[in-house]
Amino acid sequence: FYLTPPQVNSILKANEYSFKVPEFDGKNVSSVLGFDSNQLPANAPIEDRRSAATCLQTRGMLLGVFDGHAGCACAQAVSERLFYYIAVSLLPHETLLEIENAVESGRALLPILQWHKHPNDYFSKEASKLYFNSLRTYWQELIDLNSGETTDVKEALINAFKRLDNDISLEAQVGDPNSFLNYLVLRVAFSGATACVAHVDGVDLHIANTGDSRAMLGVQEEDGSWSAVNLSYDHNAQNEHEVERVKMEHPKSEEKTLVKQDRLLGLLMPFRAFGDVKFKWSIELQKRVVESGPDQLNDNEYTKFIPPNYHTPPYLTAEPEVIHHRLRPQDKFLVLATDGLWETMHRQDVARIVGEYLTGVHHQQPIAVGGYKVTLGQMHGLLTERRARISSVFEDQNAATHLIRHAVGNNEFGTVDHERLSKMLSLPEELARMYRDDITIIVVQFNSHVIGACQNEE
Amino acid sequence: AVGMFLRLLSDVRWRAANPKWRRTTCCQQSTSSTEEPHPISLPVQAQVVICGGGIMGTSVAYHLSKMGWKDIVLLEQGRLAAGTTRFCAGIVSTARQASIELKMADYSNKLYQQLEQETGVNTGYTKTGSISLAQTQDRLISLKRIASSLNVMGIPCEIITPKQVAQLHPLINIHDLVGAMYVPEDALVSSASVSLALATAASRNGVQIHERTSVSHVSIQKGRVTGVETDRGQIQCQYFVNCAGQWAYELGHSGEEPVNIPLHACEHFYLLTHPLKEPLASNLPTIVDPDGRIYIRNWQGGILSGGFEKNPKPLFTEGRNQLEIQNLQEDWDHFEPLLSALLRRMPDLEALQIMQLVNCPESFTPDMRCIMGESPTVRGYFVLAGMNSAGISYGGGAGKYLAEWMVNGYPSENVWSLDLKRFGTLQSSRTFLRHRVMEVMPLMCDLKVPRWDFQTGRQLRTSPLYDRLDAQGARWMEKHGFERVKYFVPPGKDLLDLDQSKTFYKPDWFDIVGSEVKCCKEAVCVIDMSSFTKFEISSTGDQALESLQYLFSNDLDVPVGHVVHTGMLNEKGGYENDCSIARLSKRSFFMISPTDQQVHCWAWLKNRLPDDSNLTMEDVTWKYTALNLIGPRAVDVLSELSYAPMTPQHFPSLFCKEMSVGYANGIRVMSITHTGEPGFMLYIPIEYALHVYNEVMNMGQKYGIRNAGYYALRSLRIEKFFAFWGQDLDAFTTPMECGREFQVKLEKGMQFVGQEALLEQKQKGVYKRFTMFILEDHDTDTDLWPWWGEPIFRNGRYVGKTTSSAYSYSLERHVCLGFVHHFNEKTGEELVVTTDFINQGEYEISIAGQRFQAKAKLYPFSSLFTHRRRKEEVELSGYQRE
Repeated sequence: FYLTPPQVNSILKANEYSFKVPEFDGKNVSSVLGFDSNQLPANAPIEDRRSAATCLQTRGMLLGVFDGHAGCACAQAVSERLFYYIAVSLLPHETLLEIENAVESGRALLPILQWHKHPNDYFSKEASKLYFNSLRTYWQELIDLNSGETTDVKEALINAFKRLDNDISLEAQVGDPNSFLNYLVLRVAFSGATACVAHVDGVDLHIANTGDSRAMLGVQEEDGSWSAVNLSYDHNAQNEHEVERVKMEHPKSEEKTLVKQDRLLGLLMPFRAFGDVKFKWSIELQKRVVESGPDQLNDNEYTKFIPPNYHTPPYLTAEPEVIHHRLRPQDKFLVLATDGLWETMHRQDVARIVGEYLTGVHHQQPIAVGGYKVTLGQMHGLLTERRARISSVFEDQNAATHLIRHAVGNNEFGTVDHERLSKMLSLPEELARMYRDDITIIVVQFNSHVIGACQNEE
Repeated sequence: AVGMFLRLLSDVRWRAANPKWRRTTCCQQSTSSTEEPHPISLPVQAQVVICGGGIMGTSVAYHLSKMGWKDIVLLEQGRLAAGTTRFCAGIVSTARQASIELKMADYSNKLYQQLEQETGVNTGYTKTGSISLAQTQDRLISLKRIASSLNVMGIPCEIITPKQVAQLHPLINIHDLVGAMYVPEDALVSSASVSLALATAASRNGVQIHERTSVSHVSIQKGRVTGVETDRGQIQCQYFVNCAGQWAYELGHSGEEPVNIPLHACEHFYLLTHPLKEPLASNLPTIVDPDGRIYIRNWQGGILSGGFEKNPKPLFTEGRNQLEIQNLQEDWDHFEPLLSALLRRMPDLEALQIMQLVNCPESFTPDMRCIMGESPTVRGYFVLAGMNSAGISYGGGAGKYLAEWMVNGYPSENVWSLDLKRFGTLQSSRTFLRHRVMEVMPLMCDLKVPRWDFQTGRQLRTSPLYDRLDAQGARWMEKHGFERVKYFVPPGKDLLDLDQSKTFYKPDWFDIVGSEVKCCKEAVCVIDMSSFTKFEISSTGDQALESLQYLFSNDLDVPVGHVVHTGMLNEKGGYENDCSIARLSKRSFFMISPTDQQVHCWAWLKNRLPDDSNLTMEDVTWKYTALNLIGPRAVDVLSELSYAPMTPQHFPSLFCKEMSVGYANGIRVMSITHTGEPGFMLYIPIEYALHVYNEVMNMGQKYGIRNAGYYALRSLRIEKFFAFWGQDLDAFTTPMECGREFQVKLEKGMQFVGQEALLEQKQKGVYKRFTMFILEDHDTDTDLWPWWGEPIFRNGRYVGKTTSSAYSYSLERHVCLGFVHHFNEKTGEELVVTTDFINQGEYEISIAGQRFQAKAKLYPFSSLFTHRRRKEEVELSGYQRE
């Protein structure tokens, strides 16, 4: 079985999306030029999600990747809801009041987010009312709490993450009279998702990360070469601090059973996640919810199964680690990606491939003969070589697609091997997951001129 | 760098120029300065103002002044010959597909040859010859076709073997060649110098030339040119000639009343090298390698080589753009495939040093033919532009034809295929042009097989039934932006894909069309023919009848409800249009003409109908869907649907009646089919189209109805010896020459356009005669198929060319239609063609050089007619160009 290059391309490009920030949106010159995103499924259906939106009531742009496990319900819910929680957390008191008054009197609501979605990125219609009510409760509490202080982005991000996870948990405990929704909120709570979210406002870049997706900054050195700067820490067994943190939170008696085979309680790879109430609720609560829940839930072995050595829940949190970075002119792009990418590629290679792609497309140096003595043969050789080098670049109009092409198709020499690519993409559904994970990538490109100008102003 | 190159490329002799427009030496440096004083002020008025000092503008000025027009001003925004003309590769090549282009190129070649002697300006004319290479058998066939038309024109030309190629050119790698065509008379020139020489001669004849003067717009009053507005003042004039090259579109749109000149520029690259160690001889033949998409000529001891890449770069889509002009740089990566082709063709050039890669935009048109003629909307506004990178080859001839057009009212050759009026506003969208020229430019080198359709700019005008027909397997072609069905692919059957279906032999649709033809003959078929041009002309009194009686050659004073086939002739009796006119009432007429007549016919009538508010003409093309019901059972289908008797007693031939079909009322039904087969044309108001179509198809089921396309129609009409306008008939063909005297009211004592010419022909006889040929020893399966333009030989001597051809499924033979001339054997003078001359000859048709015996006939096979009718009832006309 063999896929032709056009077939390969149509598979790779099926989910690609690009957004170019309008040069001037009427308020600010944006430090973001735009972003490319794409995802390649290995699971059927894919368990990764992605989101991107511009905040309309505050400045800045939000981008995130979400890696689901035990189903896609939780990742889907987080991809729909998290940015609203963040945006609300960032809103000043007056705007919150204005919004609440609008809802109260049935007036049109100020739009909070402008989404940048691929047609395949859907929102659940059925749950929107439920989700909205939870969100409204959140902002009502924020209004009551009115601290009078300006909102700190880092704090807002942490609050939003924790609050959403809390709401997911509560909704599952309360249930819903509508049987479809009732099943939905339970599936959301019993599945899990990691989240890696970027908030960009001018030169201020915040990364909030929960789990093992990763944010990486692409930096162009003075000599033109590319290097990678990590802007997040993976929350898994490879991270000593994380292991330390988990151990600190539980009695010494559990030290040996907390992390087994590099997994939390021997089961879960990420050490932080949304949902996954099996690692958060008490055993009694779990049993009660499962028993009173719908039959589908009751018949599901996974949900009924209680993790071994489960003594002092919660074992899992959705609280993110937030890193703040002030953008510099040499910071050219940001890559947010789920672990499907990082398992196959080193960050240094990612930085180089994306860097060369972005500059290659935009600043392909033309050849000029000028006054030099060049023969037709020499020129021909030069051109053929250039063509070979750039042919793979020009196949893609999207940096994320380009990166996926390399992640899946790279051979031992670091170049894309069509045969390998074709094999990897034509794997039957049940085999695909054994050779690769879902991959979701967002590549954000920064406007160095704007960043440079911002720096000079300060 | 550009300046240096220009001095190298063109050995322009500025000093030889006429003092009237010679610049002072001081301003030679300041090419961009506009503050330079103009020594001579512009005249206040002139008869003709020409805009554009390239090869086209200077050629028009040259020929106009030669023909005696002296009051001419030529304006050039920069310097003479400084645009595309200066960058032109300077190859004069007569190897052209269309015969009118071939004639223009041949004339240009002869003109340039003597130009230096005439003007004293060195034009760099060198007779080198050209060799067109074939890497494939198909390419060789296409070269052979060109060779056979060159030969009958008297232009020396031969098909040679790869070995002979190697003898003619020392550097060529011949290993992948199957043959070539050698045209020894082709030449090289310095195009800028040719332009300058033409300007010099024109200037001596009194033409005023002003450089650095740009036209901002053309003033128009009451549909006529009245003057020109320039950055140096106004000039009143009667005629304006737009020779602005790639800016012609913009200039056409600059005035209040736009003149649509559909062309679009693309970047074009060619390479210049330093001389070889042993410099190439200046008389070395030019090489054209269409399969490699390149041409190669000798240039100052080195070579000049360019080509037409598969992925052209269109530019100036939004008009003249300084940024794009500045960005016109060498793009080596883009040139790489052409460079590879060059080194494959001439491997020894590897060590040759590059001088420069030149980027010179060329303008291209939607159909690969140049644009000339008068605007259909503004009288006195002439255009000559859009040369599709053959400006130097066409320059002389095109300028001559346009000058003749302006002076005499029409050029000396049939230039319909180049006429601006073949286009309308529908081809002037920039998006359309941008997409289309990206297809046209690579086509310069692509293999041109019969019945090739453009793939871009499609689905612009469609019938309301388009989706319905498409779902039933319709395959489409396009005419004047309108989608028309070629044939229907039956379910389950697959045709070859586009590239593989290109053939000079029996095409893959042969059996499909055969079964459609069979159905037309035995049962009934529906063909959607909505693209026809339809006008309604009516008046309050007799004005409509009176005017039309003068403008049309057949008698239109027929009882209401009759349909008349008639020509719309010019003063020389030639067909400007061939149409059917139905008399709807005493005072109104419904006129049906070929699809591509929409602009031309409208302009022709508008210019000639009296300016009378009681007389109205309306273009109702878009209001009606036309269905052609062809076949013996059409009568049954229609009478069942309308509850009206449709037999010949009740509905005779050439009859028109408004009636109801199904639930729909007001359907104009005419008993004509344009094929000679029995049946009806239905003109249906568009909102009823789907209903009527569905009714016809449902009712027709039991009579074996099916859809058919234009290819079936073509086969039917050609075997019935029907001439079509645009293909067989043109402005140089009279009714007398195609056996249609019975469609002319010569005996009725009425005045009409072309009458005198026809009377003279009737007395003296005709000099060409439309004849039908049946190929005798031609094997449909294995021999090359005729197309059109094949030379006809009588008793071994060339007597004319075919104009159309088709396979006749009933004769099981190929039928060609064409014109037979009678040339005096010694002098070549044209003699009268008599019936005996036609009948007493042995004929052969030459297809790509191979001759096939043919039987000539002046009348169709009567045995083919299944329905016997009285002679005058027999429908002897059809039209629309395929």
